[in-house]
Amino acid sequence: MQPGALSKALKNGAIWGFIVLELIFFSVAGEFMSLSDTAFMDWENMLLLLKQSAPIGIIAMGMTIVMVNGNIDLSVGATFAIAAIILLDSMTWPFMAAMGDWAIPFAWLFALIVGTLLGALNGLLVWKTGVDAFIVTLGSMLGYRGIVFMFNGENPTSHLNWTLVDFAEAEFLGIATASWFLLAATGAMWFLMTKTVHGRNAYAIGDNREAAVNAGIRVGPHMMINFAIIGFLAALSAVVFYSESGSVNPNDGQLYELWVITAVVLGGTKITGGAGSVIGTFGGVIAIQLLRKGLGHIGADTSTVNLVIGLILIAVLFLDRQLNVKGKEALKV
Amino acid sequence: MTDTKPILRLDGIVKTFPGVRALDGVSFAVMPGEVHALMGENGAGKSTLMKVLGGIHQPDGGAIYMGDEQVVMSGPLEAKAKGIVFIHQELSLAEELTVAENIYLGELPRKSFGRVDWKTLAEKTNAILKKLRVGFDALTRVGDLSIANQQMVEIARALTVDAKAVIFDEPTASLTDAEKVVLFDVISDLKADGVGIIYISHRMEEIFKITDRISVLRDGQYQGTVATPETDEERVTQMMIGRKLDLTRNASHHELGDVALEVRGLSCGKLYTDISFEVRRGEVVGFYGLVGAGRTEIAETLFGLRDPSAGQILLDGEEVRLNSPVDAIARGISLVPEDRKGQGLVLGMNCRDNMTLPQVDDLTAGPFVAEGAEVAIFDQYRDQLDIRTPGWRARVGNLSGGNQQKIVIGKWLSMHPSLLIVDEPTRGIDVGSKSEIHKLLRGLAAKGYAVMVISSEMPEVLHVSDRIVAMYSGRIMRTFTSDEVTEDSLIQAISGLGGDGKAA
Repeated sequence: MQPGALSKALKNGAIWGFIVLELIFFSVAGEFMSLSDTAFMDWENMLLLLKQSAPIGIIAMGMTIVMVNGNIDLSVGATFAIAAIILLDSMTWPFMAAMGDWAIPFAWLFALIVGTLLGALNGLLVWKTGVDAFIVTLGSMLGYRGIVFMFNGENPTSHLNWTLVDFAEAEFLGIATASWFLLAATGAMWFLMTKTVHGRNAYAIGDNREAAVNAGIRVGPHMMINFAIIGFLAALSAVVFYSESGSVNPNDGQLYELWVITAVVLGGTKITGGAGSVIGTFGGVIAIQLLRKGLGHIGADTSTVNLVIGLILIAVLFLDRQLNVKGKEALKV
Repeated sequence: MTDTKPILRLDGIVKTFPGVRALDGVSFAVMPGEVHALMGENGAGKSTLMKVLGGIHQPDGGAIYMGDEQVVMSGPLEAKAKGIVFIHQELSLAEELTVAENIYLGELPRKSFGRVDWKTLAEKTNAILKKLRVGFDALTRVGDLSIANQQMVEIARALTVDAKAVIFDEPTASLTDAEKVVLFDVISDLKADGVGIIYISHRMEEIFKITDRISVLRDGQYQGTVATPETDEERVTQMMIGRKLDLTRNASHHELGDVALEVRGLSCGKLYTDISFEVRRGEVVGFYGLVGAGRTEIAETLFGLRDPSAGQILLDGEEVRLNSPVDAIARGISLVPEDRKGQGLVLGMNCRDNMTLPQVDDLTAGPFVAEGAEVAIFDQYRDQLDIRTPGWRARVGNLSGGNQQKIVIGKWLSMHPSLLIVDEPTRGIDVGSKSEIHKLLRGLAAKGYAVMVISSEMPEVLHVSDRIVAMYSGRIMRTFTSDEVTEDSLIQAISGLGGDGKAA
């Protein structure tokens, strides 16, 4: 074993250790504090947890590559809402309604295209204006949300198609449709980031942008592709979720960006870019969902959940910093 | 060799930046199988020229020829595709990626679906690494390598493509002697293959060891090309600085006062070890060495920015611990930093506010800032230092480099320090202002300040210092008085040769 390998393994495995800790804690605490009789680590419960992780999880996969790139996307929640509206509303359009159930794939396609385009627009702005991604997507977060409200005011947009609901509620090999999409998105992004040239370039750009430019990587278009990917995944997340629920409120998806970023950071992606992994993000997503569900299981309310997750996030970043300081001779800030 | 055609020829390259003519009609040619040195002082335009060649900057005039054909370099990838490879001085590596990925960055071998062909990548990389005789393999993470090995990774990039011309920019700055031998082998291999090599370095002994011809730039102008065997160090130096090297020692000596600062056995991890020296009031001590010799780090330690791992700092004979710049300033230490624009000034603020920045907390009238007191301080130092500005309202960003530097110096003088540390005081400042700053530093010493000057320019160190401390890789090699110092002994000391004993 090389020196430093242990601390590295610890760091990479930290999120899984944390998950195990959570499971043990909630199982034990649940025995005493839970109002329900079922154990926390019930198989059905865990499958439900995976399904409930899907909306945040699918988007988090896209956020991983964007953040590894050294960017961030705050507009995913609004993109999520727009895609949901497109999905549900498009099925009421006359020519679509005429097609009956054949409208479903088209509705999906429209929603996914819109999501991808909105993401690509973010990327184009970051590329061409040179403005920081944080600012660009802060603007588009407000702008896209404005579009959501322009569409139907404060009213929810609803359309229930039972075929769609059946598909979304179906289970294949005991795993829900939404979970399958989460696993597929994870697998696809894992492949992209570890096996392809595009994925490796994403790391290089986030790590040392000047080196990437010197090596002739076209950084602007590269980043735009990644923003398109996260837009697509935000739309995919909406499509999976709203196929089942059939009704979207104009406020839906708010704060999603923060949950997603929290999951990605917990999963070990560096905020400054250059390091991170899809598998770590998957762990981060599961850890957050476990925490939300577990705290609910032992009777804590939502505000407590948020407080605890906030504290854990800060603790994780603090620990990470401590593990990364280069010793005492470092320049003080 | 003379009858062959140049592999790469630059003809009358002009490049201007706002306010500066960085390159003014530079022409030179590299023959196949030739090692061509490009020399010049800092700021002479070497890096700009290389950036033009690499397509990072577009020239405002002139042309680049490869063989007989005129080419336009639209970007780094195009330069590489045409067979021009750059070995950068600043490590241009992504630390989280593997050695192989870094070497082939931007052109990873692909399989179907844009997949990386890891097998080919590792094979190709290991073949190159074998040639370089390094002790790591393709899958090592670059961040885990030493700086010297990272430089070898950078050098490995030269061997990835069928290069026509390779440009080495200060490749040996961080290499050990053993690795230098390997590098020179690599260069002679490339040379034997008919590759043209441009070699940028400040180290004369290397230049005379491996190069065939030398071209010199000065202030953006081409000074000429000479064949290496027909020239010597003195003539090259003369071309670089345009006159016979002004190696006039500082002649005037002031009445020396008490010891203001004494440092005993100071160490800070691997950055520097066992540093001992003293500075008296009325004395200018110059610190000379190559980049990375640990000079700036010592200054940062004295200013409370780094914690030393061993040793003592004594101010006026009393041992002190400096935990932060606040401590250092309270003890009368001031640091004029290396990077004037980044670390010394708030460019968007006006002259007065910049000058009173460290003490604005004390300049208050009730809850408000006392404008009158601030203006008074500014006026005083403007007159004392001869700062030329339209008025205190002028934004510092619009002043010339020399005047900016005076504002920084004025800022610290207004704090009435006893020890003034100046890091690279004349970097990026034109020749006229340089000598003004030098005079200013001498004048300050005459008034009883203790002054430490860190500089990479030999004429500057010789000019302003009463004593010169020569450093090499974190150690003091030798301390000279201005009477005994010679150019040769100084160069030897900072190259790790000779000096008084313990070379690294």
